[in-house]
Amino acid sequence: MGDRVLEKLVRETTMEIKNAEGLHMRPAMKFIDLASRFDCKITVHNGPHEADGKSIMQMSMLEATCGTRLQVRAEGTDADQALEALRDLVEVQMFGEPPP
Amino acid sequence: MSRSSQVERTQDAAAQNESGMEIKKGIAVSPGVSIGKSLIVDSEDYRIPRREIEPSQRAGEIQRVRDAFHDAIEELDALERGQDEATGGRIKDIFAVHLRFLRDRSLRRRITDMVHTEAVTAEYAVSTVLRSVAAHFETNVKDTYISERAADIYDIERRLLRRLLGTKREDILHLKEEVIVVARQLSPTQTAGFNRDYVKGIASDAGGRTSHAAIVARSLGIPAVVALEDLTEIVRGGDRVIIDGNRGIVIVNPDAETVHQYEEYSREFVALEHKLDTIRAKPAMTRDGVRIRLLGNIEFPDEAQIVLGKGGEGIGLYRTEFLYLNRPTEPVEQEQYEAYAEVARVFKNQPVVIRTFDLGADKYTQARRVTPEPNPFLGLRSIRFCLQNLGMFKTQLRAILRASVEGPIKIMFPLITNLQELMQARMIVHDVMEDLDEEQIRYNRDIEIGIMVETPSAALTASTLARESDFFSIGTNDLTQYTLAVDRGNELVSPLYSAADPAVLRLIRMIIQDANRAKIEASVCGETASEPEYVMLLLGMGVRTLSLTPPMIPEIKQVIRSVTIEDCNHLARTVLTMNSERQISGYLRAAARKVLPEAF
Repeated sequence: MGDRVLEKLVRETTMEIKNAEGLHMRPAMKFIDLASRFDCKITVHNGPHEADGKSIMQMSMLEATCGTRLQVRAEGTDADQALEALRDLVEVQMFGEPPP
Repeated sequence: MSRSSQVERTQDAAAQNESGMEIKKGIAVSPGVSIGKSLIVDSEDYRIPRREIEPSQRAGEIQRVRDAFHDAIEELDALERGQDEATGGRIKDIFAVHLRFLRDRSLRRRITDMVHTEAVTAEYAVSTVLRSVAAHFETNVKDTYISERAADIYDIERRLLRRLLGTKREDILHLKEEVIVVARQLSPTQTAGFNRDYVKGIASDAGGRTSHAAIVARSLGIPAVVALEDLTEIVRGGDRVIIDGNRGIVIVNPDAETVHQYEEYSREFVALEHKLDTIRAKPAMTRDGVRIRLLGNIEFPDEAQIVLGKGGEGIGLYRTEFLYLNRPTEPVEQEQYEAYAEVARVFKNQPVVIRTFDLGADKYTQARRVTPEPNPFLGLRSIRFCLQNLGMFKTQLRAILRASVEGPIKIMFPLITNLQELMQARMIVHDVMEDLDEEQIRYNRDIEIGIMVETPSAALTASTLARESDFFSIGTNDLTQYTLAVDRGNELVSPLYSAADPAVLRLIRMIIQDANRAKIEASVCGETASEPEYVMLLLGMGVRTLSLTPPMIPEIKQVIRSVTIEDCNHLARTVLTMNSERQISGYLRAAARKVLPEAF
């Protein structure tokens, strides 16, 4: 079992919130819905604040507004796919919302 | 709760019963006994009080949290699916967000952790955790979109609390099972909305014997106990509760033996009621042959039948404020006419005294004022309110006059304080009569017009007011409150409120003497008329007509049939020489106990 932990993939990246209204309820919902599709553990940091990427309560309490840079960390076999999909949602689709 | 008091509670509970039975003493305001499941009724912004539990109860409370989340999710799921994508997209989104909060394991864990580590109830943990989340959004208001989330969190809190505190709050009007309503405080509006087929008992933390909610409970015949102080901290939604509206006791989670005793007691009480019902057809006459007239006080038209069923000989006080309760608009003339005519038809040739709107103070009007009056009981209420709102006053008078062809309806003005008010109100009646004449609408031209004597100023000028009144009705509740300067609903001073106070009794005697001199009738329609210990005194002071809450009519008739006027006169003479309330009420109670032992 110890070996498996060592083998576990850990990936970390930075994403910028680009939609005008920031990470309010609907974007937070989209984020956790997408994150929950992956097996890996996803942790999001906004400065000193940490949130479980699959918890709407914690994500919405991050107070991420437009321009906030989030540190997103994924731990697990599908970590790469998870981060790729999340980046697409946050930076490319901008949660389907308009930029400022 | 401190550690030591928790130990005390544990010992208390052990002394009574291992099952956690608790007995609370309050003020009995509406007779009867009922046993049932509690339903907590609260105002929206009510804070859930902190209540600690035994360590052994934690697992059960945690399960309650899980069940509440589970049920709330099911409820929301159905709501979300019911929303059409095209028209309700935004609402659907909101429900979707709420659903994700309810499914959020970390939220649920914070709540169950709190139940576990602090040993508190499910509702307290739910409320505390969600309010701290909401506070986080409120205090970090850098971004309005984000700060608005607090409202969502409060909504989620409410949804969970509704599950934990019993049936949905709004469902109080659509109950499907029998409940005992438990509340911090009940407004008359809330009480009036209760369906008496399902609300089997009422218990509240606040309130006094003559608070309006108590009056409504009494007239609906629902057992009620008030002034229980912290009952809402002890009882949880769904707990089994016994309401003893005779002794003023509420028992939470009674053990089997207590339930058994109360079932027995309830049967005995019903038997006593039946016994009293057998005297229904007999006249309310003293042993020495003096005929007393017993009328009913009613709040709603359908109570007329109850009065008739209890042997009442008419209505001495028909409160009309119900027409304003539970509604956003003013009642129209036709609706009022029907409400008045309906009661007149039930009583045919017997009197029906309709009191004009007694709005103001704690009722209807305060809620609608832009700035509430600083002292509503001394403010724009009752007849004063009507004289400043002539449109609504005239509409009511028109409806009463039109109904007056159905039977001997009388008009009664409340809270008259001087002759000018009475003259003005009478003049408006005449204006309305002229309008009806012009429109050739029938009414009783000789309708009797009287007043409630319920202020010290009216009592002191009763001889003057009697000249312009066809009758007096003594409203002992307000008369006591205004004479003694005591707010009857304020638990801090309510012990000072007593109609047995020498000051109140002297005013009552003065009113009766002035009415007798003017050869008009003075009846009593306050709470004292329904209290056995006061009845002998009132008869002794010369009262021959009492108007009271319908369920008490048989018992009061029993008192009347057991006494002689000579005894009553003697009692009144003795009492009026006494100088302390305590002495008087003790004397009255002892006298009543002799007459009707089973009622005490």
